Amino acid sequence: MPKGDSPGTNGAPGQSLLTVDGIETFYGGIQALKGISFKVPAGSIVALLGANGAGKSTTLKSISGLVPPLRGTVAFAGRRIDGLPSEKIVRMGISHVPEGRELFPELTVLENLKMGAYIRTDKRETQRGLERVQAHFPILAERRSQLAGTLSGGEQQMLAIGRAVMAQPKLMLLDEPSLGLAPMLVEEIFGIIGEIHASGTTILLVEQNANKALSVADYGYVLETGTISLAGDSQQLLQDDHVRRAYLGHR
Amino acid sequence: MVEILTSQVVSGLATGCVYALIALGFVLIFKATDVVNFAQGEFVMASGFISYTLLIRFELPYWLVFLATIALSGIMGVALERVVVRPIMTAPIFSIVIATIGASIVMRSSAGILYGYDVLPLPTIFSKDPIHWGVLNFTLMDAGVIGSSLVIMVVLYLFFKLTKTGTAMRATAQSQTAARLMGVSVGRIFSLTWAISAGIGGVAGVLIAPIIYLDPNLGFIGVKAFAGAILGGFGSIPGAIVGGMLLGILENLSGYFFNAGIKQVSTYILLILVLVVRPGGLFGAAPIRRV
Repeated sequence: MPKGDSPGTNGAPGQSLLTVDGIETFYGGIQALKGISFKVPAGSIVALLGANGAGKSTTLKSISGLVPPLRGTVAFAGRRIDGLPSEKIVRMGISHVPEGRELFPELTVLENLKMGAYIRTDKRETQRGLERVQAHFPILAERRSQLAGTLSGGEQQMLAIGRAVMAQPKLMLLDEPSLGLAPMLVEEIFGIIGEIHASGTTILLVEQNANKALSVADYGYVLETGTISLAGDSQQLLQDDHVRRAYLGHR
Repeated sequence: MVEILTSQVVSGLATGCVYALIALGFVLIFKATDVVNFAQGEFVMASGFISYTLLIRFELPYWLVFLATIALSGIMGVALERVVVRPIMTAPIFSIVIATIGASIVMRSSAGILYGYDVLPLPTIFSKDPIHWGVLNFTLMDAGVIGSSLVIMVVLYLFFKLTKTGTAMRATAQSQTAARLMGVSVGRIFSLTWAISAGIGGVAGVLIAPIIYLDPNLGFIGVKAFAGAILGGFGSIPGAIVGGMLLGILENLSGYFFNAGIKQVSTYILLILVLVVRPGGLFGAAPIRRV
């Protein structure tokens, strides 16, 4: 997917759709996020990079309300959403594709997709959404009566993303979409992320595959042990010595 | 001989269908919330008294009493979940189970205080006149109880399979995290689950009270239904239905071939035998981990 065609496809370019300001999030007594601030401009793809345990997934969970931050604020489209329960946040237009995909293993593929549209009330619009998703992912149409738990890893990832698309979000949070997938499938998934983005959805992407992520993203933030250590647009980060050494496998 | 046998099987199946309904209530709550609700039998008992009151004291028509009892029992289920279970949902599962046992004792005693401990006659619309169909020998009451139970089961199946809310309930049982991310209010799903389970218990009460007895100890029928659910494989919905039905038939047959004493313990003997051979129950995949 070409990058750079993005900011401005919807909303005013550069205008922040999501603003995360100084969030601190805890698991029990353990502080996972130590004051994280960043912005996701409307229409952009933003990548959160970093090693395991740096706080990338926690950041997404803090935004979607699964693990609410103890301090700091999260604002979406100008409204504060920190402290709201997840089921309210998704209704405001944020879909979270969590780590581990969290499908409903004993529901069929079709039922999973329909659950994605749980918050939509317009049946005809939902049907159109279903057709769009099945056009993105023909394999899901083929396997629609199969139980989600019986899908392969790549198909499960497609279903998780497809299910999030069904909610027609303004912002999609994607947690490690390439995790555990063969290189060819990674290409396919990133192609689809590009298509979803091109159709007007802003994307916040968490990835260990920094190379891949920066190749589609407009901006990147590097997380290290619960704080942001580096920020910049993707080109800058791709050239950055520290990033190249630590995350891109260059010496 | 054959006629007597078939009549024993059919009337056993009728009782078994009621066990199956109560067992369904156990399993639905367990699947959705991981709680084993030992007050499930008390919904049956309370519904017996509710329908008795509406029929005898208020002289309402039977169909209205039937619907009102289901609704009131459902409301009781929601109240129990909100007042007793939800506040301690983060407590160890053992504490929650004990709390439901406590609730069942309170409900049983309240019924005793309100209605006394004498057995009350609960009328039914089904006649007890025998019907002969070839070798089949049964009463309209048996047929009515079996038929009503099957209708409830089919309606539930269609609800869970075809409706948006039913699908959301199944989804929530599989992953609460994912359900929340889809916009499902898990708390509301819990309330609805308790309402449905208690509502089915209400149906069971209206059906069974005229057959056995109506007194504050009717709720102990929940123990047998629980045994039925375990027999089928606790957590499995088909297991609850088949387990409950089998238990009813076996109980009746052992009462016929042996005596009333054996009838009382036969269900537990069968339960133990099945669990020795298949620890997960007839339909269970794995042994139960908790409780």
